Amino acid sequence: MTIATILSLGETALKLGLICSLTVLALFLSYSMLNVCDLSTDGCFTLGAAVGAAVAVSGHPFLSIFAAMAAGVCSGFVTAILQTKLGVDSLLAGIIVNTALYSVNIAVMGGSSLINMNRTETVFSMMKETLKSTPLKGRGDIVVAFIAVAIVIVFLVFFLRTRLGLAIRATGNNADMVKSSSINPVFTTIVGLCVANSFTALSGCLLSQSQKSVDINIGQGMVTIALASLLIGGTILGRGGIFVRAVGMVLGSFIFRLVYTVALRFNMPAFMLKLVSSVIVVLAISGPYLKKQWPQIKRRMTHRKGVQ
Amino acid sequence: MLKIEHISKTFNPGTVNEKQAIRDLSLNLEKGDFATIIGSNGAGKSTLFNAICGDFLTDSGVIMLDGQDITFMPQHVRAKTIGRLYQDPMRGTAPGMTIEENLALAAGKGGWLSHVSRQEKERFHEELKLLDIGLEKRMTQPVGLLSGGQRQALTLLMATMNPPKLLLLDEHTAALDPGTAEKVLNLTKRIVEEHQLTCLMITHNMQSALDLGNRILMMDSGNIVLDIHEEEKKGLTVEGLLEKFKTGAGKMLDNDRILLSGEK
Repeated sequence: MTIATILSLGETALKLGLICSLTVLALFLSYSMLNVCDLSTDGCFTLGAAVGAAVAVSGHPFLSIFAAMAAGVCSGFVTAILQTKLGVDSLLAGIIVNTALYSVNIAVMGGSSLINMNRTETVFSMMKETLKSTPLKGRGDIVVAFIAVAIVIVFLVFFLRTRLGLAIRATGNNADMVKSSSINPVFTTIVGLCVANSFTALSGCLLSQSQKSVDINIGQGMVTIALASLLIGGTILGRGGIFVRAVGMVLGSFIFRLVYTVALRFNMPAFMLKLVSSVIVVLAISGPYLKKQWPQIKRRMTHRKGVQ
Repeated sequence: MLKIEHISKTFNPGTVNEKQAIRDLSLNLEKGDFATIIGSNGAGKSTLFNAICGDFLTDSGVIMLDGQDITFMPQHVRAKTIGRLYQDPMRGTAPGMTIEENLALAAGKGGWLSHVSRQEKERFHEELKLLDIGLEKRMTQPVGLLSGGQRQALTLLMATMNPPKLLLLDEHTAALDPGTAEKVLNLTKRIVEEHQLTCLMITHNMQSALDLGNRILMMDSGNIVLDIHEEEKKGLTVEGLLEKFKTGAGKMLDNDRILLSGEK
């Protein structure tokens, strides 16, 4: 493997890692902070991609990004209302919205399951044009993704320190406390999920525009992939302030993509991605659990030996 | 200040698990009253607190706080004027957030998008210093690292930071070791006196029921069977209290914790 290939591998991983880290940051807010496992993530990711593509194709590259985020807010709002006001279990609410979004997404894409953006002007193509004669030539995608991630992190750090942010964190941290304080958990859950889903949709929008096409399956498995990245990131930079942890999330996303790109290079078929991400999630969650159980298991085994 | 008129609550009505937890209970607390509540297991002491706080809506009756009808007010709105401490020190604070962040939530001043100001931080520091347990030096540490007693003291501070119209203490020292319990109790006394709070305190400690406050309420089978006011309370002993309970409820006081706490 030449240095050039290694660099290009790293670059691909960096681009995908940065773009998908927006979804990881969304889960950082909903899963780590609000303690809600939002299973509508897959559908919302596709929704962002579809809305973004539809608006971009009609000739509004900048508007497409905000439209995608607004669509994400709507999706998060529905998920939140289902679980806070209508008595639907929070996991089920995510699954229901996810299913519904499949139809919505196809409708947004005008009844087709594929939109091609080869000749569409997007923020990526515009950035490519701008950087044509600078040292960053050819790295426009990474620049765009980096700017998006930086903005989202700055926003998160600001947001989670506000009173509303603190209230959202308390909602996920100690439901009992929130109930007996003057925070309305319905309100904090709604706001939290709306904000998180706007990030997810942004992530989908940017991914589709960077690869110049959307198909209806673009978001499939995103929730598991993002969880895997989140857990990797949490292991590396799990302690410390919000900023450190948020950077950890981006790092986790990058590492995940790096491992995956390298594995592809060693002839792992692309369809293995989802299996690998599932295994990572299981390892990251079950590992600490089994480690805790281990003394008991050991004691049971030695006890059995002693009896014999 | 708190006026409860004929409230009742039945859980699981129409099933084998039907339980009438509160029966036609009325209570009138004056401003500045500090009443202790004692009673048998399952007498409805905590259920009464839940009813006041709005954990559930009562089946009948009216609850008024400071002249305002709060019978159907949502829980989080009531919480603005009612402070509450539970027996479990883990329930009142968010373990994953720092002391400062917990206090900022409790202070609840400013808009949703405002940050904690330096002035507020200084105020937190001063208030923590008054607790005299060294928490002011640990403001940026997560609350999860504190001991039960420290967490309860912090919860007390959070509940009374903006002096509530009503403070409800549900055996808030029962899970602490005797030394810490005494400290927290003294702290409670000081804070209640300082802000002249109207306060209800459930306790299983007959002695503290006698020592603290100006009123003793005894509960049995979902109702208040005895209401001992200031004059009558003076000079009352633990034995006298038990005797009064027997005449009031028509049976012996049946509370494991009171009986096991050795007549203290």
